[in-house]
Amino acid sequence: MSLYEEFRAHVRAQTPVALATIVEGPGVGAKLLVARVDGDEIVSGTLGHRDLDRVVARDTSGELEAGRTGVRHYGPEGQATPEDLVDTPTVVVFIESFSPPPQMWIFGAVDFTAALARVAKVLGYRVTVCDAREVFATTRRFPMADEVMVTWPTPMFDSRGHTLGPRDAVCILTHDPKFDVPAVRGALATGVGYIGVMGSRKTHAKRLERLADVGVSSAEQLSRLMSPIGLDLGGRTPEETAIAICAEIIARRTGHSASSLKQTSGSIHS
Amino acid sequence: MREILDDIDRWRSAGKKVAVARVINIEGSGPRDPGAAMAVNEDGEVTGSVSGGCVEGAVVSEALDLINDGGPGRMVSFGYSDDEAFAVGLTCGGVIRLYLERLDW
Repeated sequence: MSLYEEFRAHVRAQTPVALATIVEGPGVGAKLLVARVDGDEIVSGTLGHRDLDRVVARDTSGELEAGRTGVRHYGPEGQATPEDLVDTPTVVVFIESFSPPPQMWIFGAVDFTAALARVAKVLGYRVTVCDAREVFATTRRFPMADEVMVTWPTPMFDSRGHTLGPRDAVCILTHDPKFDVPAVRGALATGVGYIGVMGSRKTHAKRLERLADVGVSSAEQLSRLMSPIGLDLGGRTPEETAIAICAEIIARRTGHSASSLKQTSGSIHS
Repeated sequence: MREILDDIDRWRSAGKKVAVARVINIEGSGPRDPGAAMAVNEDGEVTGSVSGGCVEGAVVSEALDLINDGGPGRMVSFGYSDDEAFAVGLTCGGVIRLYLERLDW
């Protein structure tokens, strides 16, 4: 089977797959294919150097995870930092992802929502903002969102909850029990990878009581809730909070500790 | 590229040579995102698109040249503000960079 045939088979099967092609520089036309089949990563093809293949496969995997398509620059032996690229010919690699972008659903049309939607867009999410209040949930307030839904959480999860998977995120920023209890309950019934719920520790404790009242009390289920939401970066503004939330989502996905690299040891990219 | 695979398959099974152009990046405004693709066969038949129709004609002649000369893949640019640009431009004023290659992989 040629690389093209392999690529085509993955696309037809709706397997997440990314194609990396050298479009300029030494080795133009060479290709690397990264597919994710049942949680395993399958790499085929070569860009002509073992280290270049390794580095590009790693980056391609990251782009595929985020559903992104774009250009990256390397040295012929996989050099990727600006210092390493001085005095070497540049290999320009076009990485094209064939997977739907991950979704982020944000409940609550508040100031934090606009900032979170912006940061999520930078990370390649398809962003849906959802609030039952018509005056707040408008595309004028959230032009960066892909979609603004005026609806309650329950019908939203009933109709589309099955589309949420491990790459996706639900962020509940409402602070309002009559909205966030059904949102949490709906999110827990899906396979979504990240569920963050805004509010102080006190608010979260009260929320747990209300969830228990509606029958959501298993410790295993509740342990999926990231609340209070976000990494402890000490920020306060909506934008800083958005970064703290998105940083937590990335760290949860990769399973890394989210400490400063200076404080940790071992391989940075693994 | 997903949406042009059926046509490409049909051409390939008929033994036609095929070239594919993909949008690599866009400066300024452009109608299609990176990854947008079109394919051309040796008879000049076309599937898909890389712009709003502004540069497709020029891409076809580039693609036919490439099919005939059998050379390696290459970058081609269209737009107003680029030195290597062709006379053909995007009506929106942006610059579009394409990677054009023979589908022989």
